[in-house]
Amino acid sequence: MLTVLYFAWVRERIGLPREKVTTDAATVADLVAELSARDEAHALAFADLKSLRVAVDQKLTSFDAPLAGAREVAFFPPMTGG
Amino acid sequence: MLRVQSEPFDAGAELNAFTAAATGAGAVVSFTGVVRGDNGLSVMEIEHYPGMTEAAIAAIIDEATARFGLSDALVIHRYGPLAVGEPIMMVATAARHRALAFQGAEFLMDYLKSRAPFWKKEDGGQWVQAKDEDEDALARWQD
Repeated sequence: MLTVLYFAWVRERIGLPREKVTTDAATVADLVAELSARDEAHALAFADLKSLRVAVDQKLTSFDAPLAGAREVAFFPPMTGG
Repeated sequence: MLRVQSEPFDAGAELNAFTAAATGAGAVVSFTGVVRGDNGLSVMEIEHYPGMTEAAIAAIIDEATARFGLSDALVIHRYGPLAVGEPIMMVATAARHRALAFQGAEFLMDYLKSRAPFWKKEDGGQWVQAKDEDEDALARWQD
């Protein structure tokens, strides 16, 4: 069981801050493909991966990162701290 | 030292406490970021990723400390709704000499801007977009 978190406009577009997902996805990209196939809101949020960033277990990573052993995946736009 | 909080903070008092504790340092540099009242903006809402935020800032502080030989570093960053004129965040660095304290503070700011999981929203409407120059600013530290 994976916890998937969404922040900023990704959260608004999907309409959820987080969801539990049962998946066999091997990589982040596989997970994105699974989520996108769920409904239009997910498909819209993941339409342009260049405008998204991903963290696996709270560490920034890339969309080809493996998910073996991962507990938490977060999707969000480029950060605007400071 | 790092704090992520919704409450306001007193940048002057924080700086005085930081400076008083920075024994042995010859230089203390600080920066305070304030909500700017552009285009009639009244409230800036800041969202963050609890857990990752603290871990990411701690890693950035460790990197700055090692790289610039800082004797101490402070990061305070707020989240939640902030009014124009309120402080959003501050950094302070202490080092033996000013060049390293300035560079350490700039490094912290550049990395906090695009590597700490915060997102800003203006007046409940538009999300602030990351700028290419924020990403470019990191390039100067990659050597």
